[in-house]
Amino acid sequence: MKRAPLFWAALGLIAALLARWFIGVDKISATIAAAAIAALALFRAMVGFARSEGWFARLATPAIFGFLLLWLWEMLVIGFAIPFVLLPPPLAIARAFVTHLALLAQDFTQTYLHAVITGYTLGCGAGFLVALAIDRSPFLKRGLLPMGNMISAMPIVGIAPIMVMWFGFDWPSKAAVVVVMTFFPMLVNTTAGLAEAGAMESDLMQTYAASYGTTLLKLRLPAALPHIFTALKLNSTLALIGAVVAEFFGTPILGMGFRISTEAAKMNLDLVWATITVAALAGSLSFGALALLERLITFWHPSFRGSS
Amino acid sequence: MAKARATWPLIAIGLAVIGVWYVGAILLNGPQVREQAAEDMGFRDFVVQTWSMERPVLPAPHQIVTELAQSLFTHSVTSPRNLLHHAWVTASAALSGLGIALALGLMLAAGIVHIPVLDRSLMPWLIASQTVPVLAIAPMVVVVLGNLGITGLLPKAAIAGYLAFFPITVGMVKGLRAADPLQIDLLRTYDARPWQVFSLLRFPASLSFLFPNLRVAMTLALVGAIVAELPTGAQAGLGARLLAGSYYGQTIQIWAALLMAAGTSMLGLAAVSLIEALVAQRRGGRL
Repeated sequence: MKRAPLFWAALGLIAALLARWFIGVDKISATIAAAAIAALALFRAMVGFARSEGWFARLATPAIFGFLLLWLWEMLVIGFAIPFVLLPPPLAIARAFVTHLALLAQDFTQTYLHAVITGYTLGCGAGFLVALAIDRSPFLKRGLLPMGNMISAMPIVGIAPIMVMWFGFDWPSKAAVVVVMTFFPMLVNTTAGLAEAGAMESDLMQTYAASYGTTLLKLRLPAALPHIFTALKLNSTLALIGAVVAEFFGTPILGMGFRISTEAAKMNLDLVWATITVAALAGSLSFGALALLERLITFWHPSFRGSS
Repeated sequence: MAKARATWPLIAIGLAVIGVWYVGAILLNGPQVREQAAEDMGFRDFVVQTWSMERPVLPAPHQIVTELAQSLFTHSVTSPRNLLHHAWVTASAALSGLGIALALGLMLAAGIVHIPVLDRSLMPWLIASQTVPVLAIAPMVVVVLGNLGITGLLPKAAIAGYLAFFPITVGMVKGLRAADPLQIDLLRTYDARPWQVFSLLRFPASLSFLFPNLRVAMTLALVGAIVAELPTGAQAGLGARLLAGSYYGQTIQIWAALLMAAGTSMLGLAAVSLIEALVAQRRGGRL
């Protein structure tokens, strides 16, 4: 019984690939038969995995769902002859990904390694340091926090044209947008985190005659870590968005935002989707890495205890 | 009480920001003024010049406010020179997107809560969809739909909705599960149908989760609508104003459009708070 979903998954996978092959050589009835088997088998596998426990089933359920979506996309686009400019099939995107790998790598370096990483480090670092600096002044905290919340609620990407004007077309202007976008979430979350330490623990530190610095290092910063990680994860998404959107306002002939806007205008939709795939991978992987780091460092937090 | 105590620090910080802004305008615009002006200029003249340039690097706050007031009050509301017109174009797209997002988010959340397979298979992809820079897809959607002859409000609303549905879905999933298990058991003893549990218990319980997420979604929808106006060179809208300003170096126009966007966002947030207060009132003062 335990191996049943695995069997269904294998059967579905083979039938799905067969259906894709049949539709390529125009065998309609064979396609329909294979597709029906594939859909049924994959669905059974998904339901089976969803009911069972363990890390493999937890990974397999969404993986099969994702595969099912991609496969449906491919089959429907080809089956209904949807024009290429509207929606290219996933296999064509994969092909474009492989053929333009060098170009995509250049764009990735320009947008992610230069603009995003620099801006993210500076913005998060500055937000963290300012939060520490205003920590001892309730007056500044009461003034800066509502302002930070207010600015977080604004469409900050709008400053992109101004930054492009100030810092030029190359990546520093994109990094500047990222700095502004990531600064306030970090400031607000770190300040909220520093207020998190319990009264009992703070009293205990006082009985030890611990200095401000010691209390900060041993008690309040560790207590603030969950909030800091929330900001780090949120910012990892914001940073990529900021850098890509800033490139719509002017850039050297490089970069993921530039590639998306120019190739979309030229109707090279497969390359556009390949760039989006790169962006999606970069975003998901950095988010995943941060989530993993969070699990390792703040393993004591209630939201992780009991799980895993 | 906490709000009243925050007023003075907020005013002080606001004044400080404006002060720094004026000094920054002197520093940033200074080189340009010195280049253009006559050799001997008093310091006073120099400062006044940096605050009244036509295309400054950093416009002084009063210049932005003047531009904004001029645009708002000297032209009729329907004229394309009035920023209210542009704000409305963008806001209507954002609101339609928010409507789409609400419908989609509610449906997805109800499905995830009631169907275990969806919970296991869909939820991870929803979370992954948030780590994807969805705004990157915006220009492509607009261009492709434009080629099909679909222009105007719909592509912008689609992007706004795509950005905004995530916080609503996640908040509603959390909220629909926040119903008291004891009360759910009670309804089961009454032999209530699933939709009765939903409408009597789960949905009311989810409202306190819905509104904070609706605020986030509101901002995201506005950002989506603005960004969706960038790629096609739209004629109207705050995003189009930003783009036009950046093409022609009209910094004051960019800042005025930014201020307008901020104002629109605040207005939207205030509207959400108002609806929240009204709903709370109908339900006896709390959500």
